[in-house]
Amino acid sequence: MAAAAISIRGLKKSYGDNQAVAGVDLTVESGEVFALLGPNGAGKTTTVEILEGFRRRDSGEVSVLGADPAHASAAWKQRIGIVLQGTGEFDELTVGEVVRHFARFYRNAADPEHIIERVGLSEKANARTHTLSGGQKRRLDVALGIVNQPELLFLDEPTTGFDPAARREFWGLIRDLSHTGTTILLTTHYLDEAEALADRVGVISRGELIEVSTPSTLGGRNQATATVSWLGGSEDTDQPTAVVQRLAQEFGGEVPELTVKRPTLEDVYLKMIGQR
Amino acid sequence: MRLALAQGNIELKQFFRTKEALVFTLLFPVMLMIVFGAIFSGIELDGGITLAQYFVNGMIASGFLATGFQNLAISIPIERDRGVLKRYRSTPMPKWIYFAGKSVSVTVLAVIATILLLAVAVTVYGLDLPTSAAKWGTFAWVSVLGLIACTLVGIAFSGLAKSGRAAPAVVTPIALLLQFTSGVFFEYGALPQWMQQFAALFPLKWMCQGLRSVFLPESFAVQEVAGSWELGRTALVLGAWCVGGLILCALTFRWTSKRDG
Repeated sequence: MAAAAISIRGLKKSYGDNQAVAGVDLTVESGEVFALLGPNGAGKTTTVEILEGFRRRDSGEVSVLGADPAHASAAWKQRIGIVLQGTGEFDELTVGEVVRHFARFYRNAADPEHIIERVGLSEKANARTHTLSGGQKRRLDVALGIVNQPELLFLDEPTTGFDPAARREFWGLIRDLSHTGTTILLTTHYLDEAEALADRVGVISRGELIEVSTPSTLGGRNQATATVSWLGGSEDTDQPTAVVQRLAQEFGGEVPELTVKRPTLEDVYLKMIGQR
Repeated sequence: MRLALAQGNIELKQFFRTKEALVFTLLFPVMLMIVFGAIFSGIELDGGITLAQYFVNGMIASGFLATGFQNLAISIPIERDRGVLKRYRSTPMPKWIYFAGKSVSVTVLAVIATILLLAVAVTVYGLDLPTSAAKWGTFAWVSVLGLIACTLVGIAFSGLAKSGRAAPAVVTPIALLLQFTSGVFFEYGALPQWMQQFAALFPLKWMCQGLRSVFLPESFAVQEVAGSWELGRTALVLGAWCVGGLILCALTFRWTSKRDG
């Protein structure tokens, strides 16, 4: 396997008395989609902005594509794509003008028209950016983040304010990028987003990374007791299949209102951050 | 260099499509010139010129103040609030390209403003354009130094405004204060002495005076407070503001808003 795209050891950052990041260790492998999940104010953006080179850390070791982002060179920025939190407002410029302009800054820029098409803004290419909807502005941000065909893409809460259809469309775009080998570090507070996109998830709360695992095993979710319930009863069990078979025999066929439920990612997540 | 011009081009596109900026920065000085020129019509000053002719020099200098100082000190904080600056910083674009783009756009705007104002001054107020190369030379260096000083101070000032919304409220009164005390709307020599001394600390007074040396007859020089055009001192003060402005820029410029640290 190639060298890790991101490697963090003992990262700390405080603002005055507020310890925003309290000793984070994390490795993101090359080609991976990693989601940082956490409530607002948990330290997601601070962590990501340190990795992007926008903020200085207080202590710890950080390596992003083999370099320290605190001393980011132009050559390093050529290889990185950044989609910041919040939308960029280019006001009276058109989508096409903004993307073409940003493409000029990169040696390895993709064809701007192709990028605009890729984020689904072709019909808006000649529209002034202030006329775009919130979701469309965000897609323009993504276009600027991928116009240099980055090896590593940061996405800080990319789909905030999207309607469900736009979110799903956006997920498709991220999967495409991932399939072409782009390493992606995503922050989100949408659990479905992390579940849909990420190879691994890290839950961050009060500046600490409390668990890192795959979405399906987070918090021991895959081994958690299942709840089998039916009309007239319910049972917590490690062997739901056996319980269902037994019930089928008891009822002589269909079990009325049968459900087998395992904790959702949301249940697990809320329990994790609630504990603290 | 190509990148700097592209950046300037983007800045200009943005400017010309923003109606407020267009009206405020380019048309407002012309409107003021017409309004005040009409009010001052018929008033003659010692030295064989009309107050309107005196006033147009101040308006041309104010045009530099508007395109350099006011324009940048207001538009940069807005761009910072909108996340435009932070997005530029996330690219490999060298920092100087951004400032070069602003300088290109300020220069183009200042040239347009000056041509507009001179056209009105000549056609409406009978201002005589100088015929000697030396006078045009003075016009060139006063304009260039003045515009550089205004641009640098405008960029430096952009770092002081807390938000884009607050910027016009801070910048506009400062510009007006300087205009009233530097001999734009009133004859500088007729102002109280303390006001003259205050204005002499800032570039606008010297830009106005330098322009008067170009567009007003030699006979008017004795009407200046110092009894001469003081071109040497003008160069010195404007040069000092260029250097000071550059230092201030380095100290105060911010790519991100306070909110995001």
